[in-house]
Amino acid sequence: MARSTFIYVTYIRTTRERLWSALTEDSEFMKQYWFGVHCQSEWRAGSPWKMISAEGEVSDAGEIVESDPPSRLVIRWQHQKTPELKAEGSSLCTLELEAVPGAVKLSITHTIERDPSKLIAAVSGGWPKVISNLKSLIETGTAMLSDPRPCNH
Amino acid sequence: MAERRNTDALFKALADPSRRKLLDLLHANDGRTLNQLCEYLDMTRQGVTQHLKVLEDANLIAIVWRGREKLHFLNPVPLQEIYDRWIAKFEKSRLKAIADLKKQLEKGNG
Repeated sequence: MARSTFIYVTYIRTTRERLWSALTEDSEFMKQYWFGVHCQSEWRAGSPWKMISAEGEVSDAGEIVESDPPSRLVIRWQHQKTPELKAEGSSLCTLELEAVPGAVKLSITHTIERDPSKLIAAVSGGWPKVISNLKSLIETGTAMLSDPRPCNH
Repeated sequence: MAERRNTDALFKALADPSRRKLLDLLHANDGRTLNQLCEYLDMTRQGVTQHLKVLEDANLIAIVWRGREKLHFLNPVPLQEIYDRWIAKFEKSRLKAIADLKKQLEKGNG
C-alpha cells in the first residue's frame, strides 16, 4: 500500500529524561515551544492521547501505541477538526530519543498509509518549527518563534 | 564549538548546486534510493554518494533502512533552524515589504 512518511531529526544538548518530559507530561513547557498547544495522556501503552490547541479545542486525538521512556514513544494520531483530514484516518507518529555524546538525537517519523496525504502535508509545515523551537528553548531557555506562522502577516 | 561546526557543515552542504538539486528531488518525492537519485543527476554514482554523505553529515538527510534498501529522506529541521536564526529575527516585516515590492515591480516588466 502507498505510504506517506516524513522524518525530522535534530540533536539537542540535553538528557533523554529531560527531553522525554518536554515531549510528554510537562504540558506547561510544551505550550512554550508548541505555540500554546499541549497534549493530554497518561503516556502508557493503550492510554488515550489528545492534542489541545491554544484555544482549548481538541485538534487531534488517538492513543499511545508504545511507550518506553525515555527512548521510544509511538502515537496513533488522527486529526479531529478539518473533515477531509479526519477522513484520512489514523497516522502513526514515532518519537525516538537516542543518547549521543553530549546530546540527544531526536527522530520523529510521521507516517500514514496513503499517498498523497493532506494530513502529512499539514503536519510537515508544523513539525520543523516545533522542533526548532523546542531545541532553542531547551538549550538556551528561549523559544525563537512565538508565532506559528511568522511569514504570513 | 560544536554548534559552529554544525552551522559550517550546513552552509557548506547548501553551497553546491548538485546538493541543492538532491534536496529538491527529495522534497518532490521523499524516501528515494541512491539508484533513483542517480537517474536525475549527470554524474557518477560515486559523485552522488559523496554529495549524499555531505548532506547526511549536515543532518539535511535522514537515512531509513527498509530491508537492504537504503532510503534517503529530506530532514527539513536544520533549514528551519537557519530560518529562525538568520531570517526571522532580521526585520521580517520589512523583508516582506521589499519582497512584495520586488514582486510588484517585476510583474510590471512582464
